[in-house]
Amino acid sequence: MSVSAPIAEPKVDASLPPQFMLHSNRLNGAPAWFHQRSAAAWEEFQSLPLPGNRDEHWRYSSAKKLALESFQIVTEPSEADKQEALARSKGLNENAAKLVFVNDHLVIDDNTRLPPGVICLPFDEALRTQGDVLEQYLMKRKAELGSEKFAALHLAHVRAGAVILVPKNVVIEHPIEVFHWVTGENAVIFPHTLIVTGDHAQVTVVDHHGSLRDESCASIAVADLVAGAGSRITYVSAQEMSLSSRALNISSTTVGRDASVKALQLHLGAAFSRNETVSDLIGEGARSEMLGVSLPFGDQCVDMRTLQNHIAPRTFSDLLYKNALYDKSKTVFAGLIQVEQGAHYTDAYQKCRNLLNSDEAEAASMPGLEINADQVKCSHGATCAPISADELFYLKARGISDHESRKLIATGFIEDVIAKLDNEDIIAELDRRIESKFAQMS
Amino acid sequence: MTTETPDISDIKIDSVGDFRFPEDHKYNSGFGITEKTVDYISDVKNDADWVREFRKHGLKTFLEKPMPTHWATKDLENIHFDQFRYYLSDGQKPKRSWDDVPEDVKRTFDRLGIPEQERKFLAGVEAQYDSEAAYSNVKKVVEEQGVIFLNSSEALQKHPEIFRKWFGKVIPTGDNKFSALNSAVFSGGSFIYIPPGVKVKHPLQAYFRINSEQFGQFERTLIIADEGAEVMYMEGCTAPKFETATLHSAVVELVALKGAKIQYVTVQNWSSNVFNLVTKRGLAMEDAEVRWIDCNIGSRLTMKYPGVIMKGKRARGEVISIALANTGQHQDTGAKMVHAADETTSNIISKSISIGKGRATYRGLVHIPKHLKGCKNNTECDALLINSSSRTDTYPAINVRGNQHATQHEASVSQVSAEQIFYMQQRGLSQAEAMSLSVNGFINDLVREFPMEYSVELKRLIDLEMEGSVG
Repeated sequence: MSVSAPIAEPKVDASLPPQFMLHSNRLNGAPAWFHQRSAAAWEEFQSLPLPGNRDEHWRYSSAKKLALESFQIVTEPSEADKQEALARSKGLNENAAKLVFVNDHLVIDDNTRLPPGVICLPFDEALRTQGDVLEQYLMKRKAELGSEKFAALHLAHVRAGAVILVPKNVVIEHPIEVFHWVTGENAVIFPHTLIVTGDHAQVTVVDHHGSLRDESCASIAVADLVAGAGSRITYVSAQEMSLSSRALNISSTTVGRDASVKALQLHLGAAFSRNETVSDLIGEGARSEMLGVSLPFGDQCVDMRTLQNHIAPRTFSDLLYKNALYDKSKTVFAGLIQVEQGAHYTDAYQKCRNLLNSDEAEAASMPGLEINADQVKCSHGATCAPISADELFYLKARGISDHESRKLIATGFIEDVIAKLDNEDIIAELDRRIESKFAQMS
Repeated sequence: MTTETPDISDIKIDSVGDFRFPEDHKYNSGFGITEKTVDYISDVKNDADWVREFRKHGLKTFLEKPMPTHWATKDLENIHFDQFRYYLSDGQKPKRSWDDVPEDVKRTFDRLGIPEQERKFLAGVEAQYDSEAAYSNVKKVVEEQGVIFLNSSEALQKHPEIFRKWFGKVIPTGDNKFSALNSAVFSGGSFIYIPPGVKVKHPLQAYFRINSEQFGQFERTLIIADEGAEVMYMEGCTAPKFETATLHSAVVELVALKGAKIQYVTVQNWSSNVFNLVTKRGLAMEDAEVRWIDCNIGSRLTMKYPGVIMKGKRARGEVISIALANTGQHQDTGAKMVHAADETTSNIISKSISIGKGRATYRGLVHIPKHLKGCKNNTECDALLINSSSRTDTYPAINVRGNQHATQHEASVSQVSAEQIFYMQQRGLSQAEAMSLSVNGFINDLVREFPMEYSVELKRLIDLEMEGSVG
């Protein structure tokens, strides 16, 4: 039997208006290779079809939710927008550096407290001054969890974000914070994050994607983490776009020998939010912790696709995603643990838990395993359940209202994941954001 | 019927369950499938007009439907539908007495280790040789209770009033390409009706075999348990080995009316060149229970996901699955649980063992739609890998709407612990024996769910498969 060929799309993508045509002069002074790759990515974006509903990577979801028909390239923000963005980028008590962008334009670049040798630059400047390093790492890990088309769009339009290169043995104590704001009806931003650590270096980075106003906008973000031997990266991506927005986060992590990466995806905003997270464990003794929290309400939909890819032997990965669902919201989780041939002595775990708080909420879970090696310890679990009547009774018996009890239980359910970050400042900051999301709901 | 007894030298024996007898068939429909093939089968079977129409509709759907390419294994591309024969029969009426069964058929059964005497104790034996039941003896007790136990063609001719109502209703023709193929060319299989309140004490049994080269077997089974009835049905298969791929595509439909219970037990041991692409589904009405107990040891590729649609309140569905994949085999098995009424519960327990380069896959679906109350699902899948080149996959999909349900899914993958093997070797067991013991221990709690004679056979089959896998 023949395999049915994907339906050919017209050459010019109907889902994007003409002003999305590549403007190659957007980055003056960028190296030639970048312009070439950017142009090739634009070609690729146009030639790839929008994934259909038979695509396994879009099961229970739809790529149409990311179609950008009415969207447009962002305009330069006004002075007022910049001031507002600065005021709202308060963030952590202590940080090592802070970058703030509005509509892919840099507002501040505060990197004076970094240890010597560390490079933490806005994307365009990094392209000019660190071109060789970028050529080696920029989106070299192909997206493979369904958003290949959107990854190409990102590469064709990227111009903002943080490039963080930490040399060998350098430990950065406080987190680096990056804020991306968007404003303007139907505006799209393309935030980019690249973190590369040398051997035994340590760094923590907190990314934040948000809307300045209650407008319908979009963020197509890519974050690439490359951890050198024995290094440690902690990465947090917090998404708080307006409730009519769309957000896509494509994130890939490459973990080298004895290195350890912990990455958390927090989804609070957007009507449709999708993250595709890949962890490649390429060196012996590599460890990857993949964490996720979402708290959808109203009609929000959170779509999460993950891959734990064990390539080297004696590697460890642990995934924990927790979702508390309200109203008519929906979550989709599809995770795969893939243990490649030769990746013996792998330990891989995967857990997705859904707390259903309304009769109309919907949770789809597709935890997967593909094991091709020997001496492997793997397990996965997926649960869906309402709040336990016993737990609720316990709290109510102590005089706490039904509403407050439910909130407490849901917070505790989520806190379990947040607490794994072991950085009190970040935990407190994320808790504050979760708290304000709860306040939004009631 | 064979008139001359084949010489013993004509029988090729490589290993147990891997042998064949010379063929002698009065009817065969040639290679490939066209409207003519379907007409031919209908003529031979003396089908009623509506059955002929049903077959033709099946053929049309089969030709229109695409192969499941976007998720299934690429091995499906190796199925060449024009290289199979779709119907073959001795042209005999099913036999009523054991003495009438041809000698070579009996000997085939003997090789399987099921003595004649033992079978006489079983309630009913429908031993199917190729596509027709070559032997059928429903014990008087069961007949007196009003149980109808016939092959598909007989049942549709004699009791359309009972079977037509549900025939093709649980699994519609258009369900998938292979159910459509089966609808076009089905022959053989068992149609069973259990009257209200009748509890069949002994399990009903049928043995299926394939014995002709390049011959696909397309049984059609429909079991209806009327209100409050209970029945256990057992299906076992071992097939001789052939040089070219063989296609087996059955459709099994179960209907458990209010308060009824059906247990369907399968031990599948086709030879390792058979494509076994089976659609099995049960419908459970109020307070009814459908249990699939499924064991897959043989075949080249098995794709089988027994399902239960829980249509009535408090209905229960269960799938217990054991799969063993050796080198050259892919056991793609799983379960589908569709909750369609309040307070329905389902349970899936799957254990798989991959040996050598074998690949075992669990694929599951649990669906709990909106506005239902109190549905529960529990899924557990455990996989055991024996060699470093063994492979296992798990692909469940769980979709839950609303906050009045509870589902949990768990899967684990592990090896036979080196310490356990060492412990047993210390006490004088060979490495292979120790391995066999470990593997049997891994599935022991599921094997207990099988009726006695099956669990014995199962243990022997697993020992056979484990032979030569270690050391």
